[in-house]
Amino acid sequence: MRRVVPIGPYHPLQEEPEFFKLIVEGEKVVDLEINIGYNHRGHEFISPTLTWDQVPFLVERICGICSDSHPYAYVLAVEDCAHVTPPPRSQYIRTIIGELERIHSHYLWLGLAGHFIGYNTVWMWVWRYREPLLDLFELIMGNRNHYAINKIGGARRDIRKEDFPKIEKYLDLLEEKNAMFTKAILDDPVIRARLEDVGVLSKEDAIAYAVTGPTARGSGYAIDVRKDDPYDAYDKVDWNEIVFEEGDVLAKAKVRLLECDESIKIVRQCLKNMPEGSIETRVDEIPPGEGIGRHEAPRGEVFHYVRSNGSNMPVRHKVRAPSFMNIASNVVAVRGYSIADAALVLASVDPCYCCTERTFVYQSGKKKYSGQDLLKLSWEKTEKLKRRYKK
Amino acid sequence: MNIVRILFSFIVFPGFIFSAVIGLFLTWIDRKVTARIHWRVGPPWFQPYADFLKLLLKETIIPEGSSKVLFFLGPLLGVVSMSILAVMLFSMNFNPASSYVGDLIVIIYLLALAPIGIIIGGSASKNPLASVGASREMTQYFAYELPFLFALAIVILKAGGNIKFGEIILAQEATGPFLYSLSGVIAAVVILLSTQAKLSFVPFDIPEAEQEIMAGPYIEYSGVALAMYKVTRAMMFFTLPLFLISLVWGGFANWWAILKFLLIIVLIILIKNTNPRLRIDQALKFFWIGIGILSILGLVLAFYGL
Repeated sequence: MRRVVPIGPYHPLQEEPEFFKLIVEGEKVVDLEINIGYNHRGHEFISPTLTWDQVPFLVERICGICSDSHPYAYVLAVEDCAHVTPPPRSQYIRTIIGELERIHSHYLWLGLAGHFIGYNTVWMWVWRYREPLLDLFELIMGNRNHYAINKIGGARRDIRKEDFPKIEKYLDLLEEKNAMFTKAILDDPVIRARLEDVGVLSKEDAIAYAVTGPTARGSGYAIDVRKDDPYDAYDKVDWNEIVFEEGDVLAKAKVRLLECDESIKIVRQCLKNMPEGSIETRVDEIPPGEGIGRHEAPRGEVFHYVRSNGSNMPVRHKVRAPSFMNIASNVVAVRGYSIADAALVLASVDPCYCCTERTFVYQSGKKKYSGQDLLKLSWEKTEKLKRRYKK
Repeated sequence: MNIVRILFSFIVFPGFIFSAVIGLFLTWIDRKVTARIHWRVGPPWFQPYADFLKLLLKETIIPEGSSKVLFFLGPLLGVVSMSILAVMLFSMNFNPASSYVGDLIVIIYLLALAPIGIIIGGSASKNPLASVGASREMTQYFAYELPFLFALAIVILKAGGNIKFGEIILAQEATGPFLYSLSGVIAAVVILLSTQAKLSFVPFDIPEAEQEIMAGPYIEYSGVALAMYKVTRAMMFFTLPLFLISLVWGGFANWWAILKFLLIIVLIILIKNTNPRLRIDQALKFFWIGIGILSILGLVLAFYGL
């Protein structure tokens, strides 16, 4: 007998509105339907109404957890469009903040993952060691969240020399604690029993669904913008890409835990090698043209596209967040597992719904366009544009 | 006169009111210790009582189309069975030689009534998540009941084949607590783990896993009915460790029993806080294969007098 077990739109599993319709037979999940679009805020629409320098503050608010990733990718896109290279010191600063943010985001996920398997002690302990990092952010940039460090042509704030030891001190603490968590989580037989061979996403499926970030690297699909297309200081430091072949939830957890170690390594090297000098190049005008920016956010590749017509505002700004790709892969990852596992698998991609939100058109309670309809509309529009530009 | 005394013992001491008050206090200990393990502060001592009173004042909403009788029978069964269990445990412990025939079979049935109440309530709720929770509760009940019965058989064997509760306590007074032998340790471990499962504590909080099925059987409950479920859980937290002490650790009619009791409570809280939740099939395997074999081993040992 088939029944529907709803996860969402409001569910203790996840704090954002989203709707997973689990179609179950007894305890086994046979199919999954994903509905998003409960909280669309229209950032791409607001963006062309703001000036180039205002947009980073807007895109920062796309997501509260990776609030460095979106402005980072946007700034890279605009710099690509304006052909500006930021001074080396600012590149190092942006890299440091990007990596510290990865640590805080991975720790947030790790704590929540503990909560999702009913292990609240892990949740509280992990967040306890994440807390000093937020204080560190406040020390460096004046905010625990929404750091406003990225600026077109450089960084908005310098990291002061006297703050270096404080960052180093935190990294030492974190290195010790991360080793503790890695050991505690990988050695616990009950955790292994819950996470191993659960929600397996094969490499083929990972490629077919174009997943990014730790979700892809946990499935043996080595994709990382920092390695494949290095930007800022990433090609000037030495670090390893963490890849596991298994594709289950445990592999994703391992990727995230070990990535924190790599992040510590990157930040340490950046602090050591950071050159002196100015932290921004003056950018007066953005010439007509287009640019793309890619940044490896904690959840995967975030992609920004901007188009300029030479005015002080972008004409078009397109955002593609990593969770948009990752969440769709749940459909294959969750099939055949129990409801208990489903909750875990859905959370294992570290979903972030606020950056994934898209609008849906509903007419008298029914979705007006299906995926196929939208594809068709998109093709028609492309054809139309092609014809127009041929003239 | 006699009826007044019986009513008093069922309703006030050591029945409903006494075990509920102590049980709610124990849930505070649980919350406080858990909070300290989590590096949190934890609630003040009156928090469980405040929660309970608040629930009593709330509106009780009955889901449309559900059976009203069954919906309220669920929470009622647990409270009644736990009150009776508390009375039996106290009268047997403080007066083991009394002629009142209270045997283990009755207690097994009384202990079964609490999960049955949850299953009835969950099934009567007319909610898919509640019915998933009820079916999980049923599976879990069958999972832990098998080794639990084996453990009780160990105790009965050690007491010389006597199923009367008073006789078991008297036998321990004569020969020393059963816990100080190998098979007694096995029985204690098995009963402790079953207690954990009966209390629906992590790693066996599968029927009400909040992140998966949002409190499962309790999802539709509110107000007085929910308060009754909560107080049943609190009373179980009081009576089940007492049951364990009287079966294998020499009864609780002495002052040492308070220390023993606190030790068991802390042990349960520690198990709760150092484990993730199991999946229902894993719990079944754990109880039927792992713990089941252990308890059969204990039975064999008890048979040879070890």
